[in-house]
Amino acid sequence: PRCPGRRAEAPRPRSRLGLARGPGPPRGRGPPRPVPGTAIQRHTGWHPAPGTPYRRERVLALRSSSSALYNNLTVLCPPARPPRAFGAVHGTTLSLLGPEGPPRQLPARGGGSALSTPLLTQAAWCELPARVLLVLTSQRGVQMYEADGSTLVFWHALDVPEHPAAHSVFARGISAAGERFICVGTSSGAVLVFDIPPKGTNVTLSEVLEQHRDPVTDIAAEQGQAPEGAGDLVTADDCGTLCLWSTGEEFTLLGKIPGSGCTCSSVTLWNGIVAAGYGNGQIRLWEAGTGQLRAQVSAHARWIYALDLAPLTGKLLSGAEDSFVHIWKLSRDPDTDDVEIQHCHAECVTDTQVCGARFCDPAGDTFAVTGYDLSEILCY
Amino acid sequence: QLYDLMTMAFKYQVLLCPRPRDILLVTFNHLDAIKDFIYESPGILNQVDETFRQLIETYNCLSDGEFQLIRQTLLIFFQDMHIRVSIFLKDKVQNSNGRFALPTSGPVPWGTEVPGLIRIFNHKGVEVKRTEFTTAGNYVTPQREGSFELYGDRVLKLGTNMYSVSRPVETHMAGSSKNLASRAKENTVPNPLAKEELNFLARLLGGLDIQKPAGGETGFRLNLFTTDEEEEHAAQTRPEDLSYKVINIEATQEPGRRAELSRILGELEVAEARPDSAGKGEDLLALMDGL
Repeated sequence: PRCPGRRAEAPRPRSRLGLARGPGPPRGRGPPRPVPGTAIQRHTGWHPAPGTPYRRERVLALRSSSSALYNNLTVLCPPARPPRAFGAVHGTTLSLLGPEGPPRQLPARGGGSALSTPLLTQAAWCELPARVLLVLTSQRGVQMYEADGSTLVFWHALDVPEHPAAHSVFARGISAAGERFICVGTSSGAVLVFDIPPKGTNVTLSEVLEQHRDPVTDIAAEQGQAPEGAGDLVTADDCGTLCLWSTGEEFTLLGKIPGSGCTCSSVTLWNGIVAAGYGNGQIRLWEAGTGQLRAQVSAHARWIYALDLAPLTGKLLSGAEDSFVHIWKLSRDPDTDDVEIQHCHAECVTDTQVCGARFCDPAGDTFAVTGYDLSEILCY
Repeated sequence: QLYDLMTMAFKYQVLLCPRPRDILLVTFNHLDAIKDFIYESPGILNQVDETFRQLIETYNCLSDGEFQLIRQTLLIFFQDMHIRVSIFLKDKVQNSNGRFALPTSGPVPWGTEVPGLIRIFNHKGVEVKRTEFTTAGNYVTPQREGSFELYGDRVLKLGTNMYSVSRPVETHMAGSSKNLASRAKENTVPNPLAKEELNFLARLLGGLDIQKPAGGETGFRLNLFTTDEEEEHAAQTRPEDLSYKVINIEATQEPGRRAELSRILGELEVAEARPDSAGKGEDLLALMDGL
């Protein structure tokens, strides 16, 4: 099927959900043959006809319920195997659900005593070409584990003042960036850039980016092909300010979209389009290169908590406190270069304030959702 | 049980706030209600007003994002609490599994638009297209914003008296033993007997002036025997030599009374005997009034 907006040549997505396929030693396996019956048939380009509704497929039980935190669901989709791993934060621990073995919990680190165990703010699997790390952010700092959560690879403590300040201190906002970095936001607005070695624990703090004045909420890397000058990383904060960066040895600020006071809680970047979800329930699409607003959607009746993007199709997933999850389709008109967004599907998770929503495959045929007080992950 | 009731009501209010900033409006609703109780005591009223002013000074300037952080932190405290409260169950505010019902209809929060509109802009920022989408929700625009001033219409109903609406008497429900009994009054008309009981308690505490109606009937008296006839009979047949002496001990802080108390304690002797009075009912009340 013709997908508007896709480039003529075969795409090489550097998607979060799969390893970047670039020039490199051949792995000796050749292109995988599509297995009939599985949902993931990316290599033949087959996708369900537009308008095919989603249906709830199954419900996975978590060990503990999910907390009301932005972007509170992380999904690890290994490219070859359908079984996935899920993670959702509950207070001071991360609830992990793997493809094998019983559900587990990872605690926050750095509490001085049992009484002051710090709260986790977010957790995310960061997929880099060389390795996958599981990153946790808390009121004390940043914890990085091997992908299965078994080994602590790195711990970075935030500067927590001796006497409690008027404003709380925490890290929040996690993304892999530029093929060898992991970026983590903080409540001061600073973004920490960590240089990740291909293996081992020698993680170093490469840079601290100080452009935000308000606590960082979310960070996202370009999941498609960035147009010229558009940057490959976007950071968002509590005031709604968005910063566009180009990654590398030194990160460069390419542009800043000033916020209006309305929190941007979740952000994605795809083919030079920033999709941002806000506390007033709006989704806005911005041109990353120029900072121009290209679309505004009155998407939800309450605070948006999660956005996710499927890079193969440009599908956008939004989840909010209003109990709704919406699927949209982003595209670009090749003639006018206008950005398009269409509504595809809505799901209502009854009596639940959705706090986490993620696609489980790069085409967006499957997604998972969790909500506050819900000890389950719903898979559609 | 009272703690559980308060906790679930608090959770309900925090969870259902349309905007995180509305937590402050809920707090102001609470304070407005408190001011209603104590409006006759200017001293206490001033203190509540001062609390109000400090809340305004501290919290009115916080951003929406900061309020959401406060709300998220509170929600962590309330996580996994699903105690069923009978008044919530009756009002269908809570499901039988203990989870709160989240409506997908009604006014959207102030500052949010009713979902449905998609606006597309060209590279010059000019709006070039509008489309609409529909969902199962049924939302409307709100009429006005609640007031964050010392006085004003809060608009929001969360945080107002849960029990102020009259509702039909609860019928027996299966599993009701697990519910909390809502012991407070369920309608606005005060129960006359309850009023008398409360007045009596107030008199005991010395907070209310004695207002005996002309006829001597106070509407409340204590029976030590099963029937009035038995009471009268017992009073008449009580042996003379079992006269009793009563000591009036005034426990208030008034200096005059304290002097009397000190005198009594110093002497360790019985004070003056009580004067005789007409009926035994008045005896007992007068005895308690004197406390």
